[in-house]
Formats: sequence, C-alpha cells, structure tokens
Amino acid sequence: MKVRLKIWRQENAKAKGAFVTYDFEEVSPEMSFLEMLDALNQKLIKKSDSPIAFDSDCREGICGSCGLYINGRPNGPEKGISTCQLSMRAFKDGDTIYVEPWRAKPFPVIKDLIVDRSAFDKILHAGGFISVNTGSAPDGNSILVPKEYSDLAFDSSVCIGCGACVAACKNASAMLFVAAKVSHLALLPQGRPEARERVKNMVMEMDRLGFGNCTNTGACEAECPKEINLTNIARLNREYFTAKVL
Amino acid sequence: MAILDAKIPEGSLAEKWTQYKNSVKLVNPANKKKLDIIVVGTGAAGSSAASALGELGYNVKVFCYQDSPRRAHAIASQGGINATKNYQNDGDSVYRLFYDMIKGGDFRAREANVYRAAEVSSQVIDHYTALGVPFARDYGGSLTNRSFGGVQVSRTFYAKGQTGQQCMLGSYSSLNRQISEGTVTMFSRREMLDLVLVDGKARGIITRNLITGELERHSAHAVVLASGGYGTIYYLSTLAIQSNGTAAWKAHLKGALFANPSFAQIHPTSIPQLNEYQSKLTLMSESLRNDGRIWVPKEKNDKRHPNDIPEEDRDYYLERRYPAYGNLVPRDVGSRAAKERCDAGYGVGPTGLAVYMDFRDAIKKQGDKTIEANYGNLFQLYDTITGINPYKEPMQIYPSAHYTMGGLWVDYNLMTNIPGLYAIGEANFADHGANRLGAASLMQCSGDGYFILPFTISDYMADQIKTPRIPVNLKEFDEAEENVRKRLEKLISINGTQTPTFFHKKLGKIMWDYCGMVRNEEGLKKAAELVKELKHEFWTDLKVPDNLNELNQEIEKAGRVSDFFDLAGLLITDALNRKESCGAHFREESQTPDGEAQRNDDEYLYVAAWEFKGEKIPHQLHKEKLKFEEVEVQVRSYK
Ligand SMILES: Cc1cc2nc3c(=O)[nH]c(=O)nc-3n(C[C@H](O)[C@H](O)[C@H](O)COP(=O)(O)OP(=O)(O)OC[C@H]3O[C@@H](n4cnc5c(N)ncnc54)[C@H](O)[C@@H]3O)c2cc1C
Ligand code: SF4
Ligand code: FES
Repeated sequence: MKVRLKIWRQENAKAKGAFVTYDFEEVSPEMSFLEMLDALNQKLIKKSDSPIAFDSDCREGICGSCGLYINGRPNGPEKGISTCQLSMRAFKDGDTIYVEPWRAKPFPVIKDLIVDRSAFDKILHAGGFISVNTGSAPDGNSILVPKEYSDLAFDSSVCIGCGACVAACKNASAMLFVAAKVSHLALLPQGRPEARERVKNMVMEMDRLGFGNCTNTGACEAECPKEINLTNIARLNREYFTAKVL
Repeated sequence: MAILDAKIPEGSLAEKWTQYKNSVKLVNPANKKKLDIIVVGTGAAGSSAASALGELGYNVKVFCYQDSPRRAHAIASQGGINATKNYQNDGDSVYRLFYDMIKGGDFRAREANVYRAAEVSSQVIDHYTALGVPFARDYGGSLTNRSFGGVQVSRTFYAKGQTGQQCMLGSYSSLNRQISEGTVTMFSRREMLDLVLVDGKARGIITRNLITGELERHSAHAVVLASGGYGTIYYLSTLAIQSNGTAAWKAHLKGALFANPSFAQIHPTSIPQLNEYQSKLTLMSESLRNDGRIWVPKEKNDKRHPNDIPEEDRDYYLERRYPAYGNLVPRDVGSRAAKERCDAGYGVGPTGLAVYMDFRDAIKKQGDKTIEANYGNLFQLYDTITGINPYKEPMQIYPSAHYTMGGLWVDYNLMTNIPGLYAIGEANFADHGANRLGAASLMQCSGDGYFILPFTISDYMADQIKTPRIPVNLKEFDEAEENVRKRLEKLISINGTQTPTFFHKKLGKIMWDYCGMVRNEEGLKKAAELVKELKHEFWTDLKVPDNLNELNQEIEKAGRVSDFFDLAGLLITDALNRKESCGAHFREESQTPDGEAQRNDDEYLYVAAWEFKGEKIPHQLHKEKLKFEEVEVQVRSYK
C-alpha cells in the first residue's frame, strides 16, 4: 500500500520546524508504524537525505520511549497501545498521515519527533519513591497486603512514563502520570509513612516545571496506552487535600 | 595464565560469603564522599548498584543511552524473579536454587558465585517489596509464587507478566531517591565509547552526548559496567532494539577478558518472525509454559485448524520426550526440541517455523478468569501483534535470541582482570554457565547491584582513599578521546551506499544460521569467512548520514554494529574452540544417540576467557578450570 506522510521535521531545539511530505509506496500492512518509519529512513539515507529522528527501544509497549502524535492523537487511532504497537493495518491505502512529536511546553522538541521528557524524571526525584535503605527491609511477608490493594497498586504502577497523557491534554497537565505514581505508593502499607510528604512534593514539582492544571476533561485517560484511569486522579486529589489539611 | 585468579574465598560453600563479608576491608563514611564511582547502565543491575553505592555515601555517576534510566531493557522482563523464600513449603532452599542453576547451566558456572547469588535472592525480594513492588499476592495477603522452567519448586515471584517492569521501577525509584539526595548524578542520553586506564587501573570513560554529539570525559576511582547483554548480535531478538555489546567490547579492547562469548540463549517461546521488515521479536514469557501445552501435529503438513486436530493426532513432544519436566524443560532443551520438530517438517503456521502453545486444557480446568489474572497482558500482547486470540486458539511460537550468558570475565569480587573495573548483571559471565534458568537474571542483576557489589567494591575502594580525585586532563584521557573521535570520523567518512541496519541484518542472519541453536565445525568456519567478508564490506560501503556534532541515530547504530562484527568473530572462535555440547551451545558433532547434548568434561570443564592481543592477531585463550566441590558433575537429564 502507499501512504502520504506529513512528518514534523525540526533540526534541533532552536530551529523552526515544519511538516515535510513524503509519499511512501513500499508500505506493507504487516509493518508496525515504527517499522514503516524505519523503512522510510532506509530510503532517505540512501538518497542522502536526513533520516527522521524518533525514540524507541523495547518495541513492545513497555519502555515508554516511543510516542508520536499521529493524525491528531497520541499513538494514533487505536486505544490502549503505544506507538510501537500500532500496526499499519490501522491505515488504508492512500491515507494521509500526520506525524508530530508530543506538543507540550514542559516537553521541548530536541529534534524532529524526539522530545525532552526529563521533567517526568524530575517529578519522581521529588518523591516518587519509598525511603528504604538497602539491607533494612523486613521479610517480604511480614507486612500482609490485602490482595485487593495490591492489585490496585499494580494497576497504577504499570504507567510507562511515556507522556501521552500530557500530550493529549489541552492544558499539558501531568496529573495522570503523577496520580499513577502517588496511587501506586499510597495504596501499599509500605508507602504510607511518607504519603503526605510525597504527594505535596510531587505536586509542587509538577507545578514548578510548568505542567498545566487539570480541568477534568479526561483526554489523558482516553489516550493512555496503559489505560490508567481517572480514579487515580481522584485519589491524588484526596491524598493531596488530606496532606494539606493535616 | 596467572592472571585468571577467581579469588574465591576459602571455606565451605555455605560459609564463603559470610566469611568474606566479615573480613572485607571497609571505607569510613567521611572517606566515601571523596571516592567517585562510575556506573554504566541503569537496568536492574546498574540502578540497584548506583542506588546502593549512593546510600553508602560514595559519589556516583550513572550513565545510560536512553532518555531516562527507567527505560533500560530490564523494564521488558516479563515472567518473574526467583528467590529461595520457600514460602510455598515445597522443599526449596538456597542449596536447591544453587543446584538448579548449576545444573541448568550444564555445569559450566562457578560454584561460589552461583551459591552467593542464591544466598542473597531472598533479600532482593524483601527489598523490592519494601520499595513498593506490587508482587502478586494471594487472598490472605501473602506473596505468592509460580514455577519456571528447569525446576520442580515454585519459587518465582511475579507481577503479572510485567515483573521486570515492576522490579525496574523499584530500582529506578531507589535511584531517584539518591539523585534527589545528591549522592548520584544521572547522565542520560550518553553513550560510553571508551574506557580510560591510568597506570593499568580503570579510571574513567569517554562518552558521547547523544544530543549534541560532544565527546565528554568522566573520571572515577572505579568503573562498573552494567551495560546488559549482546543478544542483538542476531539482529532479531527479544531484546530492546538498542541493546548492544559496545561498552563491554570497548573494555575488552582495553584488556578485560571476555568469557564464554558463544553462550547465547535462544528462548523457546517468542512470537515467530512474521515478515522481513520486522525489527524485533516479542517474547511470550516462559511462565506461560506452566499452563500452556506445546505440541505439533503428528502428521506432516496437517493443514487443519489447530482446534480441529483431535487429541490423538497431536504430538506433545516435550511431554513425550521429557516426562519428568514436560513443558517446563529448560530453555535450551525446549528450543532445540522445537527446531527439531520444525526441521523434520512438522512445524505449523505460514512458514512452518512455529509450534503450538495451547491453553485449552488450562482454561477448561481453571476458567478464563484465572488464566486472565495470570497472563492477561501476555495474551493481549499476543493478540495485538498476531490478531489471534489465544483464549480461543493456540498461540504459535518459535525460538528466538534472548540472553547472553557470556560476558566480561569477573572474579568473585565481580571485578574484571582490570583493577577497578567491575561488571555486573547480564554484562558479566558469572552465574549462568552455559544456559540461564528463567527468572534468574533479574535475581542476579539485583543481587549483584544491591547486595554483592557494595561489599566487594569496598575492598578495592579501601585502597583508593589516598588517591585524590582523578583529573580528566591526563594524557590517557586525551588519547582515549582522540581514538573515539577518529573512529567516529572514519565511520562517517566512508560514504558508501548501505546503511548500518542493512549490515546488522546481514550479520544477524549469518549468526543465526551458523551460530544459533545448533552449530557445527563446517558451519562455524563458513560463518567466520562470511563475517570477515561482510565486515570488509561494512568498512568500505557504509553510509552514515548527517554530522557527528548533532543528534545522529545512524552514527550510534554504526558504532554498535562495527563492534558487533568484532564480537561476532570472537563468538565464532569460542564456539569453534568448544568441541562439546553444553547448555545452549550445541555442537552437532557432540550429541547422544537420542539427540541430547553431550558434554566433554575431561577437556572442557573450564571457562574460556579470551584476551584481545591486537588487531589482526588471534585472541589468546585463558582457561579458568571449574572445580566442583559441592556438587557432583552429572549428565544433565530432564527425562
Ligand atoms: C523479553 C525479555 C523478557 C525477560 N524476562 C525475564 C524474566 O522474567 N526474569 C528474568 O530474570 N530475566 C528476564 N529477562 C532477562 C533480563 O531482562 C535481562 O537479563 C536484564 O534486564 C539485564 O539487566 P541489566 O541491568 O544487566 O542490563 P539492561 O537492563 O540491559 O540495561 C543495560 C543498561 O546499560 C546502558 N548501556 C549499555 N551500553 C551503554 C553504553 N555504551 N553507554 C551508556 N549506557 C549503556 C543502557 O542504557 C541500560 O541502561 C528477560 C529478557 C527479555 C529480553
Ligand atoms: S499515565 Fe499513561 S499516558 Fe501518562 S505517562 Fe503513564 S502510561 Fe503514559
Ligand atoms: S518502544 Fe518501548 S514503548 Fe514503544
């Protein structure tokens, strides 16, 4: 099949970017979206053009490296997957496909489709951990955790830190990402001792880094490849207000 | 051969580690602050090491080429992590895990290291649990386990099919805590391109800033490589596509011995290659073999839909050949058995290079819900990629390159033969012999990082307290940086016609065809020739676009592929040298009448550690004789 690609090209952080059109005919529906870009890059290199820069590593939806804005949606038309899991079967012969990097002020573009997501790491430096030193942990079974809570914590912990939630949000809010981490740790007894400090510090850092406010539009949940749900944000708010009040 | 002293402490196996810890030299807290340690890699090994060293008060610098340390390949591990808790009361013990690993590794691993890895495994689980890793629990709230290949107890802790993600996020969280406390400085999007030696000691690294292309110098009193495995030498593998052997190889060129390079694990259950564009193969975790039954049709070319093939026409070949372990045989055995069936014409799927893994019986017995709770995300992953629903029909699977047991040679201290250079996690060779057991890597990586290296490095650091911070303007840094620059310039100036990926694919195919699941003398010799020719072509016809002083993913790839050519050469040399079958290394010339691996303990009961002697000069082989004091070396049987 063939597709017309309109891909955001930007030489570096300071350069002005623009869409460049590529008519690509050697597309097979069996390719993944990133394999399609790989193939296009092979062609560009051979023609002495600059290949398109984009991040990826695991190529199975778990590392969170990839993540492109495709036809106006993070990770393209399908729900619950990251960009590397998107197949060209999702497109038709002759389609025009727009490909852009995440657009959000706290995620500046580095080159083409690559953005700087280090703001996410910084939020976690502010409190995304349980302070336990190596060697001082009690036996794994000394603290029983109701399965229900443990399962819920797991559901929150599967966030891959990809940033699709921020890219999907008109306010560039990082609430879903922060809520997932806060929930994961708050739901476990091991995470309770620091729960108040954690939520306050992480939210403060998120604000400091320029992420926008949450206005409950739910776009993040709809586009999250791991389907992290909005109840996490409700839990974050509850944790935050109790922390503030106490 | 004098350089190969494994420095194994005296005493009985069960006491070695305790005695070692009691006698190891320590560094007082005030001095630790003045000592710098570089850690290359942020996987389960690197993140845990860096955070443990930071907690102790060392000044740690950590490097990874991803944009965030959390994305290291360990994030993709699926099925589980072993520990000898014996929570299931099924007879597990440190000794049993140790024995399973020694046997699983086909008696080609070092007893003392393996025993210690088993010994610290319980602490790893305690620590991860305390860090908030949501391991699976039962209804009473206790941690629960499952079993994995090659063993008869349930000792594997798991978090659905995302155990690696959860352990990785656990160690990343401890890393974040140290970053916030200022003991650890993180350098992401950096690639180590050389090791710097000063007076024969590891004193620093040269990195390329992957955003600006700048070459940077970093010095330290010791360097720890936690750079992962090189399974991507096969191009298609279950690893993250950027995984590579460069860091280890650069250390090798500076004198570090490379041990057992040909011990590469081919995992039996990954989604088969579907087309020629494919950039990676997706693993279907070994844990699935707890409930999935593996079979092929009894008749060749049986074109019926698998659901229409009745029980009597199915060949559950693992259960048939290995009644004691059945579908849970170790990986090397499972992979070869699948290849044997497919080569004999019984394979299924469009290419005939696949076998079925069937959950019908498990679903019938346990119900959809239980199966979903245990493997939900893996089933979904399979469905997304293949469009086939494994609740309704069997998965199709085939072996694929997965893990490298070989790696940098280290002694009991996890130090290479270069003073001050350590290797931990998948990057070293130490714990898995000729075949790794499932769920034993996360365990080893985390054990190395959290509970072993912090002790062993202290022994070396105690002698460094009089050495002031290493300046980076030494001539050794000048030279190393200049060499890196020259090599990058050479790569980019070839200006030929083919891309790095083109060469990587071709190299991978040669390695898979001749140095994969089965090997023989003739094939290996042919592979050596083919690799040599292709390497020549690479250095004359490579095309790398754009410039060095910018983000340039093709120069990154070119550098890694260039090292793969040299590593491939050594891998083949090692495979040729070892004229026996053991674990994942199966030499066709060396098999029993019923097709099982035939070891030759008289001649090959050793670790092959290779020394680089210079371009165009053959590597020199050093043998570390393996002494088995605790276990009896036996024929490894799973029948
Ligand atoms: C699909 C899959 C599933 C698996 N499942 C399991 C499982 O269930 N249980 C289990 O025990 N094991 C499993 N394994 C094996 C396990 O994941 C790996 O062995 C383990 O992740 C290795 O961890 P590591 O810390 O040694 O290295 P990695 O996780 O590979 O990390 C390497 C690090 O080094 C950095 N690095 C490398 N080179 C350089 C350089 N030159 N410069 C700077 N940085 C560099 C990288 O950026 C990265 O941070 C699985 C493996 C695969 C492929
Ligand atoms: S919450 Fe979802 S979208 Fe946001 S970073 Fe995590 S996985 Fe990505
Ligand atoms: S490449 Fe890892 S999530 Fe897509």
